[in-house]
Amino acid sequence: MTAPGAGPPDALASAIAPGEAAAAASRATRFADAARPALADTRLRRTLGAAVAAERDRAAAAAAEPADWEELREAGRALRDAALLDLDTHLESLERAVTGAGGTVHWAADAAEARRIVVGLVRATGARDVLQAPSATVREAGLPGALARAGVTVRPAGLGDLIVGLGEEAPSHLSSPALHRDRAQVRELFLRGLPGAPADLSDDPADLAGAARAHLRDRFTGARVAVTGAAFLAADTGTAVLTESGGEGRMCLTLPGTLITVAGIDKVVPSWTDLEVLLQLLPRASSGDRMTPYVSAWTGVHPGDGPREFHLVLLDNGRTRALADEVGRAALRCIRCSACLNVCPVYERTGGGPYGPVLPGPVGAMLTPQLRGVESAANASLPFASTLCGACADVCPVKIDIPAILVHLRGTVVESRRARPVPTPELVLMRGLAWTMGDARRYRLAVRRGTRWARLLSRGGRIRRLPGLLGKWTDARDVPAPPARSFRDWQGRR
Amino acid sequence: MSSRDEILRRVRDALGGDRGTAPPVPRGYARRLTAAEAATRADVLALFTERVAENRATVRHVAADEVGTAVAAALWGREAKQIVVPADLPFGWLAELEGVRALADPPVLDAETLAASDAVVTGCAAAVALTGTVVLDGGRAQGRRALTLVPDYHLCVVHADQIAGTVPEVVARLDPARPLTWISGPSATRDVESVRAPGPHGPRHLEILVVED
Ligand code: SF4
Repeated sequence: MTAPGAGPPDALASAIAPGEAAAAASRATRFADAARPALADTRLRRTLGAAVAAERDRAAAAAAEPADWEELREAGRALRDAALLDLDTHLESLERAVTGAGGTVHWAADAAEARRIVVGLVRATGARDVLQAPSATVREAGLPGALARAGVTVRPAGLGDLIVGLGEEAPSHLSSPALHRDRAQVRELFLRGLPGAPADLSDDPADLAGAARAHLRDRFTGARVAVTGAAFLAADTGTAVLTESGGEGRMCLTLPGTLITVAGIDKVVPSWTDLEVLLQLLPRASSGDRMTPYVSAWTGVHPGDGPREFHLVLLDNGRTRALADEVGRAALRCIRCSACLNVCPVYERTGGGPYGPVLPGPVGAMLTPQLRGVESAANASLPFASTLCGACADVCPVKIDIPAILVHLRGTVVESRRARPVPTPELVLMRGLAWTMGDARRYRLAVRRGTRWARLLSRGGRIRRLPGLLGKWTDARDVPAPPARSFRDWQGRR
Repeated sequence: MSSRDEILRRVRDALGGDRGTAPPVPRGYARRLTAAEAATRADVLALFTERVAENRATVRHVAADEVGTAVAAALWGREAKQIVVPADLPFGWLAELEGVRALADPPVLDAETLAASDAVVTGCAAAVALTGTVVLDGGRAQGRRALTLVPDYHLCVVHADQIAGTVPEVVARLDPARPLTWISGPSATRDVESVRAPGPHGPRHLEILVVED
């Protein structure tokens, strides 16, 4: 077993930084343009399509099992809303509880402040290496790049992060960052960049995971600092919760002497007891497991067990901006389960890249414009990166009506663009849509009426271009003609 | 203004003056197993056993006076040479063990020693039948969290009366002030093509002994 840093300087060390750069570059472009290379890549589409289909099937089976799934979703929705409605009180309570248990709480208004705090904390320990557990929030804050620039070697502890690090690319999925890579590609990446990978490495996923295990385990013993995210923070007890299947999180929060956990202020739930709901919803919706193989919960520091120092960095970075929008606010209920990605027909074809570096799929289309604003063309294009088919809303474990929020955001985008005296046809359409979809009865009637018109417009079962002013808008959007009866209609009559 | 105050101010501004009170959380979900899931205590044990197996862990039932034999048999079966155990492991659990070196923690074993050990034997704090989960809280016979993380094989002894039916029942039993680890099967990953494979850290083999008294 070699101590970290003892071996030759390795390519993995700060491998995440180039990925960040690549992701940032793709952010300059609007979704439709950024998606083009992915759409042309048949290998990527095939790999991703098969992988998300597997995830989707497992999650569907897991959600169909409990007789009280709908009650759990309803409770999950309500307690996430309750958390947001009194977020200030809960944050203060969380801070008291964590501090009382020997932890330290830091507040970061934006990503830059989070980077300053974390780099400062790592410097204070004198450590040259940091272990990093998979976390969308750590990535959102740009921590791997910032640490690398500060001369600290960042070692991804998870297999998915290891693969995207070797490929120098951005992650494509929330919970499985390397889902777009097939086994042959992973094998090639390992043979090229993974120290100690055997030359006769097969492309069996178990062998690949085994080679990664040998490499990753070689590095943990000397690590003095780890950076992780958290799935939930219980405000009343100050307990942080992390769910995972590969043990990389456990390793980060158990072995090093200093643990730095970076979490969005939206991760708060009112009470420890609420986990009885969320620990049922998250695993089933996310990986299709009844329970994720590992769930860790810790409260401050535990003398004699694990880190001697615990730092919790609470990150705003646009979350309060989203909170201010009474309609869009519901997006902050999100528990990052990935279920909406796995059912999304757009995501399945484009992968995560075109959505930008932080959040892929429907959740990204819904949250990124709210966190970052819609001034940039890239973010403004995200609410339109959806067919509004509604599959995401059907699976979301905390019942976020993602299509309704996307329609609302389309309205926001169009409003923000109307320096022109005459509203664009799109603005008129979106306002109308928002009005129709805002009410169940209106929506039902409109679907029935719309079905008849749409079937008249279709050619060979597909609608390719709407007539008149909306022609340009529909240019790049083919939709199948709707069936004669909608699902709601069919279900309602049974 | 500190960032703390700034963030709290932004939250208050975002929520506005009359935010109202949050409606009570509807808790119509099941707190206990239904009669269809398990009508008797024996059904709960059967459900736990089935679910642990579905999580790809090995599970066996033993009587209270057979624990020592069962532990020894399991470790011999894996050809374990050196194992680690929490220092307060019940003495009887290792009583039959011969030819295997058992290191107690504390005194704190370093990570290299843990990595050089073939197995770890512990008890647990509670278990969930419905999900096939064991929960460790660092209490008696469980040790530090690192003990059950580094060796490749974890043998966990569960007393039948520690097994509850549902997640809500177990959450109510646990003390969040303790370090908690919920374990549902061996370490796994689906990072390559969403195909399940043994995970990069944590024991790749989990064996559970259910002690029926
Ligand atoms: S929006 Fe809903 S389905 Fe999508 S990741 Fe968040 S919680 Fe899961």
